[in-house]
Amino acid sequence: MQLFPKIPLADWVDSFVDMLTDNLEPVFDGITSGIDWFVEGIVSILAFPPALVLIAIFTILAWWSSRWPVAIFTLLGLLLIDNLGYWDPTIETLALVLTSVIISIILGVPLGIWASQSDRVRGIITPVLDFMQTMPAFVYLIPAILFFGIGMVPGIIASVIFAMPPTIRLTNLGIRQVPEDLIEASNAFGSTTKQKLIKVQLPLATPTIMAGINQSIMLSLSMVVIASLVGAPGLGADVYRAVTQIKVGIGFEAGLAIVILAIMLDRISQNIGKTKN
Amino acid sequence: MEKAKITVKEVTKIFGKSPKQATKLLDQGKSKSEILKETGNTVGVNRASFDVYPGEIFVIMGLSGSGKSTLVRLLNRLIEPTSGQVLIDDEDIVRMKPEQLRDVRRKKLSMVFQRFALFPHKTVLENTEYGLEVQNISKEKRSGKAQESLELVGLKGYEKSYPSELSGGMQQRVGLARALANDPDVLLMDEAFSALDPLIRKDMQDELLELQESMEKTIVFITHDLDEALRIGDRIALMKDGSIVQIGTPEEIMTNPANDYVERFVEDVDLSKVLTASHVMKRAETLRADRGPRVALQLMREQKLSSLYIVDKKQKLIGAITADDAAKAIEAKKEIADILITDLPTVAPDTLLTDMFVKMASSSLPLPVIDENDKFKGIIVRGAVIGALAGNETESAKGEVS
Repeated sequence: MQLFPKIPLADWVDSFVDMLTDNLEPVFDGITSGIDWFVEGIVSILAFPPALVLIAIFTILAWWSSRWPVAIFTLLGLLLIDNLGYWDPTIETLALVLTSVIISIILGVPLGIWASQSDRVRGIITPVLDFMQTMPAFVYLIPAILFFGIGMVPGIIASVIFAMPPTIRLTNLGIRQVPEDLIEASNAFGSTTKQKLIKVQLPLATPTIMAGINQSIMLSLSMVVIASLVGAPGLGADVYRAVTQIKVGIGFEAGLAIVILAIMLDRISQNIGKTKN
Repeated sequence: MEKAKITVKEVTKIFGKSPKQATKLLDQGKSKSEILKETGNTVGVNRASFDVYPGEIFVIMGLSGSGKSTLVRLLNRLIEPTSGQVLIDDEDIVRMKPEQLRDVRRKKLSMVFQRFALFPHKTVLENTEYGLEVQNISKEKRSGKAQESLELVGLKGYEKSYPSELSGGMQQRVGLARALANDPDVLLMDEAFSALDPLIRKDMQDELLELQESMEKTIVFITHDLDEALRIGDRIALMKDGSIVQIGTPEEIMTNPANDYVERFVEDVDLSKVLTASHVMKRAETLRADRGPRVALQLMREQKLSSLYIVDKKQKLIGAITADDAAKAIEAKKEIADILITDLPTVAPDTLLTDMFVKMASSSLPLPVIDENDKFKGIIVRGAVIGALAGNETESAKGEVS
């Protein structure tokens, strides 16, 4: 026996999503074609040079940003991916990750800065971020399909939602962690809020912000497999196919390619954060 | 008295949620701990009033928790005062709009911090430039000024270093250079030397005093170290529980403590490190060098002296003669010049007692005091020194001339 009738939360959410779909269709269409265009652009740039040239470029990037073991790992890992025949889906996955990370940075860093300037903003943003990170990622996919259709875009939107919180959190944290006496010094010499931010807070917060971006990269990479459920291309799609057809070998190959990509992106992005400071 | 550079009137700072209620209780004369109990508010600074005059070093001294660091931050409004006025050149900082306040901070007030507060991502030169950089002064002009300021504090050649590569003392020199680069009228120094080793601290104090000779800034210096306060302060304000208990010159505070608190505070202090030659100096009879030994002996007999100081026309000290020598000189028909003792140890008016003990021991005559132009100012007799160290008023300490 229920004391109160069940609250029709599911119905409310449904009708809210319906309302959004009906009223904001042109907006969603615009976003869809914008993201489509962006990802296609990245894919065509990455796919333009022969695989070996791109592998060389990544190896040099790894060597420049980190130490030589990372460079050797990058070289051998990417050669293996190419050898196994996963080069094209790897490029697509990379394009998806880059796109969602770039969107995460463009939205996340300013939001983090805003949250660092006001306790009230932080008070509102923090529970929203908790919600975004703990709600199972599959759940975003349902409205994402309704808004953006099947394919790559709902996958990217879902991975932005999932991957952006660390960038916001750590940008806020990094700025708030700047020692109080440096803030006092900056104020005592008559800095404006903007000067204080640009000349003192942001430079000192950079390592922390980069750690947040690194987390966002890793999270968005972990989303690509899930995003393949709604038709996003790339390595995730191969894994998904292997799962549905119970092909262990193919699943392992595609999974290994994701791991190689993940380690490479992690080390490079971590060390870029360090060398900057 | 000349016009005050900074006038602080009844400035109060209460930390907490109900400052109005706390202010009322403060007006009723309740103490800091009573107010904390009744309202949960902390009294940071309680109706502080004082003037700081141009070119002086005004030391605010107190133990930790006495509100001294809060008080200095009320002067440039890093902390917002609850009530009261802070006038700098007759302009009330407390009522200024943000832009005006920024302008005053950029041009008139600079601050030096206890933990240096240097920007770790900027080089020494960039740190020094900071106050000019926020004023959007051109790169060329500001690095020129920063360079001058670094030379002033003896850090030439370290422009491209980062703060973490420097020792504590050098880092605080950068802090000082940064504060001086925008040529402010007022320097606020919050426990600027407290984080340094004792020896380095003493060096920095000396250097600050030396710099101050030529700069003549108005300096408000916060410290918890009484020795430091006595060493560098022209005047000292003593704080306790957010209130100023006494304001005075180091000697006034030492010799005439306003209440038990100050007295307990200063009782352990070595008076010989506070009192100076001018404090215990006595007037002395002098004689011009062109007079004869007879005149000298006559004068000594009249004044019951055993020695006499000989000066030239410009009151410059030449030497001393004793009564015995004068009597012998008369018999032997000699001049004063023949019996003159010229290798007298001398002290300056601002020499501390502690620095003159050795000289006193080495000479049987009273120590002559001469100023920077070698003019004879007076003498120091042992009895007066002992009297002063015993805490007696020096005027009443009549020591016999040895």
